[in-house]
Amino acid sequence: MRRATRPALASLILLATACAKNAPYDTLSPEGPIARTQDALFKPVFWIAVVVFVLVEGALVYAMVRFRDRGQEGLPRQVHGSPKLEIAWTIAPALILAAIAVPTVVTIFDLSERQPGGMKVNVIGHQWWWEYRYPDGGVVTATDLHIPTGRPVYLDLEAYEEGPVATTPAKKDEGVIHSFWPPKLAGKQDVVPGRVNRMTIQADRPGVYEGQCAEFCGLSHANMRLTVIAHSQQDFDRWLADQKRPAAQPSGGRAASGLQAFREKGCASCHAIGGVSEGLGGPNLTHLASRETFAGGTFRRTDENLEQWLRNPPGMKPGSKMPNLNLSQDEIDGLVAYLQTLK
Amino acid sequence: MAIAQRENLPATSLFRRPSATTGVWSWITTVDHKRIGILYGVTSFVFFILGGIEALLLRLQLAAPDGKVLDADLYNQLFTMHGTTMIFLVVMPMSAAFFNFFIPLMIGARDVAFPRLNAFSYWVFLLGGIFLYSSFFLGGFPDGGWFGYAPLSTESYGALPNAASRMDFWALGLQILGIASLVASVNFVTTIINMRAPGMSFMRMPVFVWMTLVVNFLLLFAMPVIAVALFQVMFDRFFGTGFFDVAMGGDPVLWQHMFWLFGHPEVYILILPAMGIVSEILPTFSRKPLFGYPFVVFSGIAIGFMGWGVWAHHMFAVGLGPVANSAFALSTMFIAVPTGVKIFNWLGTLWGGRIRFKTPMLFSLGFVAMFVIGGLSGVTHALVPHDAQQTDTYYIVAHFHYVLFGGAIFGLFAGMYYWWPKVFGRLLGERLGKLHFWLMLIGFNLTFGPMHILGLQGMARRYYRYRAEDGFTAWNFIATVGSFIIALSILVFLVNVALAHRKPKTASADPWDGRTLEWTIPSPPPEYNFAEIPTVHAVDDFWHRKYAEDKSGRAQPVPAGGSEEAESGHDGHGIHMPSPSYFPLVAALGLPLIGYGLIYQWAIAAVGAMMTLVGLYGWALEPSTEPEPAQHESTSSRVAD
Repeated sequence: MRRATRPALASLILLATACAKNAPYDTLSPEGPIARTQDALFKPVFWIAVVVFVLVEGALVYAMVRFRDRGQEGLPRQVHGSPKLEIAWTIAPALILAAIAVPTVVTIFDLSERQPGGMKVNVIGHQWWWEYRYPDGGVVTATDLHIPTGRPVYLDLEAYEEGPVATTPAKKDEGVIHSFWPPKLAGKQDVVPGRVNRMTIQADRPGVYEGQCAEFCGLSHANMRLTVIAHSQQDFDRWLADQKRPAAQPSGGRAASGLQAFREKGCASCHAIGGVSEGLGGPNLTHLASRETFAGGTFRRTDENLEQWLRNPPGMKPGSKMPNLNLSQDEIDGLVAYLQTLK
Repeated sequence: MAIAQRENLPATSLFRRPSATTGVWSWITTVDHKRIGILYGVTSFVFFILGGIEALLLRLQLAAPDGKVLDADLYNQLFTMHGTTMIFLVVMPMSAAFFNFFIPLMIGARDVAFPRLNAFSYWVFLLGGIFLYSSFFLGGFPDGGWFGYAPLSTESYGALPNAASRMDFWALGLQILGIASLVASVNFVTTIINMRAPGMSFMRMPVFVWMTLVVNFLLLFAMPVIAVALFQVMFDRFFGTGFFDVAMGGDPVLWQHMFWLFGHPEVYILILPAMGIVSEILPTFSRKPLFGYPFVVFSGIAIGFMGWGVWAHHMFAVGLGPVANSAFALSTMFIAVPTGVKIFNWLGTLWGGRIRFKTPMLFSLGFVAMFVIGGLSGVTHALVPHDAQQTDTYYIVAHFHYVLFGGAIFGLFAGMYYWWPKVFGRLLGERLGKLHFWLMLIGFNLTFGPMHILGLQGMARRYYRYRAEDGFTAWNFIATVGSFIIALSILVFLVNVALAHRKPKTASADPWDGRTLEWTIPSPPPEYNFAEIPTVHAVDDFWHRKYAEDKSGRAQPVPAGGSEEAESGHDGHGIHMPSPSYFPLVAALGLPLIGYGLIYQWAIAAVGAMMTLVGLYGWALEPSTEPEPAQHESTSSRVAD
């Protein structure tokens, strides 16, 4: 083994993983202190593993070349073992592992603490979309999680079968297990029925951070994505104030016919829109048009996507709990226009 | 084999005993551990092909973004079946094929302790596998993952209206397969402890026998855990209990604890047999004894014990709290120590040897090289805070494929090439064998190497599609290409087998200059294995018969070495072997019927239960060995079954 090739090889591996520009879920480019702490634990151990890998595989290759059968006479010396060596190669890895164990345990406890000054958000996993509730303002939103930068955000995670509105005290403690994971802000935390799990996320800079559900949760598991949008505290406060306003009322035209369709076609029984309906089960749509994505976060909120969605939701997202309502083209056009007014 | 004439015997059981010694019926009624081993091997290989086809379909779907090969529903079914198949229908029974064929040969016994139980175990395995696969025609394959996390697996409906029975098949199928493993474990623990040849103390047993003993103890304790957990799933599904239902006071995390309390020892159940195989092959082809035999044995035992203390490392993201997570992080790190000891001892075995690169040796070296990678990535999972990034990503997929494919499957192929001549009397071709190895090594690394990178880039598992903008495309394409190279390597293996079996049986008793007892008898072995039960004086007893070793470790061939001549010429006269029986199959046939009955119609279950009871009843009444008319003194001392 040429000495120079080892670090070069390892850097290549790291480069291949870290430098990809279009890697919205990259775990090796943390954008906040939580993810950075997690990464800081991994990097040195990765390098230790690289060294062990090179030494062991090097020894293996060396032995294969050096001790291959060249047709010599007789048998090699029959060595049965060496207690000294055995003790050495038992203790050496144990020491390395002990050295890794200490910072691991310290970090586990550090990350489990909650400091004053953070913001709390309740996160609810549904099949197959995320709901967010801001306890101090009655704001309920879906798919996009808005947070302020520079301060920890404490998430209380629960899994529901249905999506009761914030005012409903009794909730159905069913549903399946999900896992909330915005890789650049923090590792994942499972969302388990019957439990309120806690995790902390924090972003350094304003920006859009993508994430996904990581625990297999059924048919459309792959279509359960999420977006964390980090704002400066000022912008965040402005966003929160906006969200507290009731839904926009269409003044007429196509959007007004859409609102009518929303009421008549049964949409209102599942979807809440502030001042319009209090439906249970589906995402709250009060400020849909302020969101980047919809329907589990897999689709951008464009007119075309909304239109396709309304035509046949399970076609776009298999297993979607929103059925095909057999809407006419007029109704779809109206609904798209209406939904896009819900800023 | 002409063991006895049974024509004029009085009827001692419900039916006449089967008497065919050739043809299909002889295989169906056989209780010969070697034939059962071959049945296990062939059957598990058929499932290996099925599991491989599932994997190829999954890889095709993921070859490009927004794949259109499979829909979400079929993708979920196939990844569930791929995992279930490879673990329960391939690696476990393929290991059992080696246990069955070689444990008696390696300990110098004529058979296993309970020959009919052995046959029962095989039929239950086969029927359990068929039961599981029959779900495809009855509403679809199971679709809740091989890990079957509740409550997704216990909801009484599937993901789709026609899918209601899918996870029923999964729960019942695994339950049936568990019975096969459990009874086999009783058999092997008893066989190894009770039936070793004179002089074979525990510390003279071949390492493969040791690892088999550890594995079967693990099975003995792990299978009841999963059985209880599966009963709870069945009760939740069939009778509306709420073990895992929060609304009824249950807890979904209970399933995870029980599943992984089984599931982690299961990992060692899958890998220890391969470790044992490699520990036999490396010394043979290095022409040196295994370095540090007692340390390899004790590290295997240590892994067997410590394997019970690490289950919650599958659950670091569940929210067990910092105390539990720390404890399991530590236990997980320290199980790497005995694993490392084994790797160093394998290196020590090679060191200073005279290495012959025959195909079994190549696969064994591949095993060591790939297992090191899997072990190292395993240590990084114990970094709990970063595991929150790793878990449920392709980094984990890469890790456990390096352990279970790079480890277990490479080890099992090493064992196949090594022992093929002993089993079939024919050597597999070296050139095709080497082609097989290199294609598999390259394909394997192309497939699973990139998954480390994909996982760290944030590609989650169990996604039926990803988007172009996720940045996963290139590595996924490479992985898919790699998976087809693996498939090609398996085709090469099949060609090798076909070509080898067109040639006559010319393999000698000891083609590799072997070290253990199975090489002392002809290839393939006679039904009674050993004409004369050997007496054992050392580890690698056969080697010491062929080579004398002085104090400094120099070895010289013993001129009259080897005992092949002593064996040949014996016609087995007077050796009394267990007689074939219908009852293991009859008893096993009832089990899938019980399964179908629970899903569809209680009457079928009643028929199945009756069938199993009749089978067990007839089995109990029937003597394990039909007495011969002349009442020969049996030369074997066996435990009655």
